[in-house]
Amino acid sequence: MRNYEMIFIVRPDLADDDVQKLITQMEGVVASAGGKVEKVEKMGRRRLAYRVGKQREGFYVLFYVQGTGDTVKEFERRLKVTDTVIKHMTICTDEILQRAEKFKALRAKQEAKRRRSKPAPAPAAPPIPAENAQA
Amino acid sequence: MPVPREGAPAGERPPRREGQGPGGGRKQYFRRRKVCKFCSEKIDVIDYKDVRVVGEFIAERGKILPRRLTGTCSTHQRALSEAIKRARNIALLPFAAGA
Repeated sequence: MRNYEMIFIVRPDLADDDVQKLITQMEGVVASAGGKVEKVEKMGRRRLAYRVGKQREGFYVLFYVQGTGDTVKEFERRLKVTDTVIKHMTICTDEILQRAEKFKALRAKQEAKRRRSKPAPAPAAPPIPAENAQA
Repeated sequence: MPVPREGAPAGERPPRREGQGPGGGRKQYFRRRKVCKFCSEKIDVIDYKDVRVVGEFIAERGKILPRRLTGTCSTHQRALSEAIKRARNIALLPFAAGA
């Protein structure tokens, strides 16, 4: 099982109810293809950076999914045959999450190192600026 | 999408020269050191969906700004260029903007 981020753009002229219907339908697709929907996010109507399918706007929907290659395959096939979806993209987020973990661990280590070396020089400095302030 | 000027994002480009630095003129020109935005703000994941952040690093015509203009470190520049390319694919950022 891998983590995926699937984003697709629905035509802006589709009613909110229909978008919701499409989302529930896609949730069903994921479930039947052996995947698990972690989270669904409606990013809302946005201006597209360039024209897609003669549209200048689009409704973005984001799926966070856990699944296998077959899940992705089926999900993308369904999006392709759905006329109201004008664009879609799938990204595997495993590596990204891994890298984030690594950075976080690295920073924690550095922080600990800094804290260990800092306390020694700190007490010696303060008296001088205090005298200057009074003069 | 913000409209970045050709060149660096606002405030990130150092002044060409500032005369002598306050340190007593060890160097003739003092340049403000450019720092990597992602290092200083501790952004681990450069999210392609966050157009406000990623959009800062593209030029007027939609090109990716080079490191020498923005000060991004090499690790983050690599991640950034990937994020920009992803954002382009899903129509969040333009491949080529303007007339």
